[in-house]
Amino acid sequence: MDKYNWALPVVTFLPLAGALVMMLLPKEEEQLHKAIALLTSLATLAVGVFVFLQFDYGNGHFQFLVDRSWIEVINSRFIMGIDGLSLPLFGLTLAVVPLVIIYSWNHIPDPGNPKAFLALMLILETGMIGSFVAEDLILFFVFFEIVLLPMYFMIGVWGGPERKYASIKFFVYTLFGSALMILSFLALYQHAHTFDMRQLRELSATIAHGTQLLIFGGMFVGFGIKVPMFPFHTWLPDAHTQAPTQGSVILAAVLLKLGTYGFVRIAINILPEAAKSWAPVIAVLAVIGIIYGALGCLAQTDMKRLIAFSSVAHMGFVMLGIATLTRHGINAAMFGMVAHGLITGMLFFVAGSVKDRFHTLEIKRLGGMLIQMPKMGWILGFASMASLGLPGLAGFWGEFPAILSAYSPAAGLSVGLFRTLMVIASLGTVLAAGYLLWLYQRTAFGTPPEEFADDPHVHDVVLTEWIAWAPFLLGIVVFGVAPGLMFNVTETALKALNLGW
Amino acid sequence: MADKVWIIPALPALSFLLTLAFGKRTPGKGHFFGLAAVGIAFVLSLVTAGQWLARDTAHDAVGGLDDVPAQCATAVHSVAEEEAGAAHEATSNHGASRPTVAAEGEGEGEHFTRPVVRCVDWFTSGDVKFTAGTIVDGQSVMMLVVVTLISLLVHVFSTDYVHGDRRYTHYFAFLSLFTASMLFFVLSDNLLQMIVGWELVGVCSFALIGHWWEEKPNSDAALKAFLTNRVGDMGLLVGAVILFFAGGQRFHVLDINALANSGKISHTLLLIASCCLIAAVMSKSGQFILHTWLPDAMAGPTPVSALIHAATMVVAGIYMVARLYPVFFHGLSIGGSSINLLAVVGSVTGLFGALLGFVQSDIKKTLAYSTVSQLGFMVAALGVGAWTAAMFHLFTHAFFKACLFLGAGSLSHACHHSFNMVDDMGGLRKIMPKTFATYVIAMLSLAGFPLVTAGFWSKDEILAGTGGMNDANGTYYFVLVMLLLGAFCTAAYMTRTVWYAFFGEFRGHGHPHESGPRITIPLIVLSVLAVVAGFVNLPEYFSFLPESALLRFEHAIEPVGVFFPGHGQGFTHAGFNPVLATIATLIGFAGIGLTWAFYTGKLKVLEGLAGRNKLAGLGKRILVNKYYLDWLYTDVITGFVKGPLARATYWVNQNVLDGIVNGAGKGAVGTGRWVYDKIDQTVVDGSVNGIAGLAGATGGGLRKAQSGRVQEYAALFFAAAALLAGVIVVAVGS
Repeated sequence: MDKYNWALPVVTFLPLAGALVMMLLPKEEEQLHKAIALLTSLATLAVGVFVFLQFDYGNGHFQFLVDRSWIEVINSRFIMGIDGLSLPLFGLTLAVVPLVIIYSWNHIPDPGNPKAFLALMLILETGMIGSFVAEDLILFFVFFEIVLLPMYFMIGVWGGPERKYASIKFFVYTLFGSALMILSFLALYQHAHTFDMRQLRELSATIAHGTQLLIFGGMFVGFGIKVPMFPFHTWLPDAHTQAPTQGSVILAAVLLKLGTYGFVRIAINILPEAAKSWAPVIAVLAVIGIIYGALGCLAQTDMKRLIAFSSVAHMGFVMLGIATLTRHGINAAMFGMVAHGLITGMLFFVAGSVKDRFHTLEIKRLGGMLIQMPKMGWILGFASMASLGLPGLAGFWGEFPAILSAYSPAAGLSVGLFRTLMVIASLGTVLAAGYLLWLYQRTAFGTPPEEFADDPHVHDVVLTEWIAWAPFLLGIVVFGVAPGLMFNVTETALKALNLGW
Repeated sequence: MADKVWIIPALPALSFLLTLAFGKRTPGKGHFFGLAAVGIAFVLSLVTAGQWLARDTAHDAVGGLDDVPAQCATAVHSVAEEEAGAAHEATSNHGASRPTVAAEGEGEGEHFTRPVVRCVDWFTSGDVKFTAGTIVDGQSVMMLVVVTLISLLVHVFSTDYVHGDRRYTHYFAFLSLFTASMLFFVLSDNLLQMIVGWELVGVCSFALIGHWWEEKPNSDAALKAFLTNRVGDMGLLVGAVILFFAGGQRFHVLDINALANSGKISHTLLLIASCCLIAAVMSKSGQFILHTWLPDAMAGPTPVSALIHAATMVVAGIYMVARLYPVFFHGLSIGGSSINLLAVVGSVTGLFGALLGFVQSDIKKTLAYSTVSQLGFMVAALGVGAWTAAMFHLFTHAFFKACLFLGAGSLSHACHHSFNMVDDMGGLRKIMPKTFATYVIAMLSLAGFPLVTAGFWSKDEILAGTGGMNDANGTYYFVLVMLLLGAFCTAAYMTRTVWYAFFGEFRGHGHPHESGPRITIPLIVLSVLAVVAGFVNLPEYFSFLPESALLRFEHAIEPVGVFFPGHGQGFTHAGFNPVLATIATLIGFAGIGLTWAFYTGKLKVLEGLAGRNKLAGLGKRILVNKYYLDWLYTDVITGFVKGPLARATYWVNQNVLDGIVNGAGKGAVGTGRWVYDKIDQTVVDGSVNGIAGLAGATGGGLRKAQSGRVQEYAALFFAAAALLAGVIVVAVGS
């Protein structure tokens, strides 16, 4: 399989190359920049499709493996590989970025400057893809941190009125988590003298249990902030609310998954014993997040902020699945990540387009969207239904199997606790229906409010929006009807990982 | 057909897509695809039913499972083999020479029903292969016919009734989607798929209740329906999960049933699972105390009320219990008992729902409460072990209740779209003779007019099934009394609607007229079925009739096999009891007679009773306020969650959690300044310089766009991280 070992580095660094080309061109050539950005992301996608086609779906181990020496002094190697756990998120990233660039075609947020905006997006893409394919902790960390800066600038420069506060909060909070995370990585290295994730599980088994718990704790905070888990979530509503639409979509669709992916790929994979001790804590916080996020949603008066809070609840289901330490649960979590990416990404798109037209997202000023913009209203309704976990659409397969897995967590975990959490989590599905349908009722049903009734800015979905959104909508249906597309892939990988619970 | 039965739901699903995409461009602007798809689906359902009836009486050698592939349902096979082995042992011990269950069955004239299961791989998780498939047996075949027939009639009815509506195309699109989802649910061979269908019909119900969403009451009703159902769905999800693990990670209904039936699942688990699932039944099938959404659901177009909120979707709960009957039968210890949760829920609903029918002036709301009450009868029937009676009542109820709802629609069509029978109707029997005749036939069927109506036969079977007056699964006196009272009320409030709508003087405006053929023909078809449907399950008591005319329904519908409770487990059939039938008939007549006397002014005692008598006044007030449940749910519970609780949570978020974050940020900056001024420059200059320089370089880039705080934070955190790293490195290394 190493026949195609060029593929992953190419996919990872192609966007960066595109960004470099853009740097060299004058910023006045706006259309040219858009074209380069789009072409770069499409070329990246094309190589990605090649990876998907060449991927051996029956093989749960790493494929397209690259293993070169890199920073010899600390024995950190340039290792990239892809397996069934990386593949869905890898694909999601590759698909989302070009769509967001297409959306940007006529939606460059103030203060303009597509060159900088799109170049940052490409750098972001490199960081995201790199994080999902890196198999060396330092390499992973580098990509993980690369993601931070472009997003910081996107919020800080192209964001809403509170962008300064939101961007600094986002940056510092995440950096704080990263600091603890790198600590944990260093501690692992101290013991195993390697950063190679493939070897670390075996090598870490001899670490004293107390030390393992500490190391896991560092990762827990680092990844937990990124997810974000209650109570580390407060950066998220601010970042989402202030970020430009494109930023929100990428943040929701991919960035949050760096945290959950980190849990699966690194934390519990390398330290399975520590994970077992931490699992009850994670599960409890996850379920608090589900209920708490939902209640937070009910209190919101701003559509975008509401959607942002719903992420806290949804990621709660993902974390609950992970915390069960079962294959059912982690499969559900992987599914939930992609489903949340598609669905919440879609919701943020709609919110962005509503803001473009009405210049407000205040729920009580909106209404009658189905009359003024019937197609947009339908899309919002569809995405809301998907978000509340309607079976037959993608959201369900992240939610119900997570609930299911909590009934029977890995051996050694408290069955009583997890079953209680299961029941509470299922209450979250009721609340989710509540906040989403109330949102829908207030914005889409009824008649348009007077202030916008004859507003010429209000028009239905336009072509670039259709092109950008159609794959999201399609994905929500396809994965909803055929969940096997994803479950079978993650199942194979998890089986090969053999976490031993 | 039975092994390609997936085509039946696929047709209306396709019609949904086609109607949305091209509906406006077809002749009739929307109903074309729906009518065609449902029409074909109906014919195919009849074909499937015919095949089922033909195969039903056959015997086979492997416990009736020769058409259940092992990759779809494994456990049911192993249970069947085990039981065959046990039977073999038992018979060989007795020196008999019958080696298999089938042979034994043959010997005693017993036959197996042979479900046809087909499945495909859906996905794999945790080493479990999840399949998607269809099951064809008596129960699903019966529902196929009912759903497609009523859907077809409702489609025809709607082409006239909803004609010229602002969203005519969408209306038909959602009718198609509903039909598809309902058929999908009915044919599901596993619990996971049932959940999918269950929720999809809920969404269609949401969309159709809120069809006229411009007006807030309609969208409120839609939301109420969806959210109330979600509350019950919690029970469905949890119950399904319990059964999944109880059966060794299996969702297939035959597996779960066989395991529950053979005692391989502990009684406690079955009990808990049943209770969870009952919550789902309570919401979906409008059982007291989660019934409150159903009357509000009448905000949707009337044909929708007939199809979804009377004949088909609301019986999904009944269908689910029937599908998983061994779980309930054993979990609730139905056989030989005298009370259980299912029986109580059903019988309380049967009476309390009926009582609410008295205080409505809206004819559709009266019918809605009647539906609540009749669904209670079905649930009670399942609760007392009268499985076939419940299915039979579901069958007959679908016809007469759809007829009543469509009749109410016809009335309203003539009366300026009003449903207020007290203010806007009256004396319509002469003007609308067809509507009148069909309505009265259906009403008599509902009231249980003896011998000639379908409702009489099915209700009587339920009453007999309570075992209050004869041998049955148990002796459920409470249920019997509640249902008899409910039957009295039913006869009375239905007479009230007939009086208000068809007798007296016309009280509305304009000139009402009889509806056109697309409305009256469905009414006539349904009213005929409201009579003849009862004859398909004549009790054995009428032994002077040819045997082939008796208990046809029971023989065709009721499962026999390891996946259903049998005689050995205390599952018996109650026979016809002439005394009970007479009592029920007299009670029905009394209800009709007293109401009639009251409205014709021959019962002066009762007039203004609520005003004179305090107790009666209180009763009326409670009924008018619908037992104050709406107030409790909407104002108290929902109000609290949406208002104070949500706001308090958000307050904590903004002030406590975020306060800590902001405080930490400010503190860090302050400390950073202090450290920089007092310590950095003097004490640890050298050691921190490298890191601070790195962070400074990063921060320098940021400064152009930002205030420049970040590098302070960054330097601080990296410094802190480096120090902590040192500590841990030492700790781990030592």
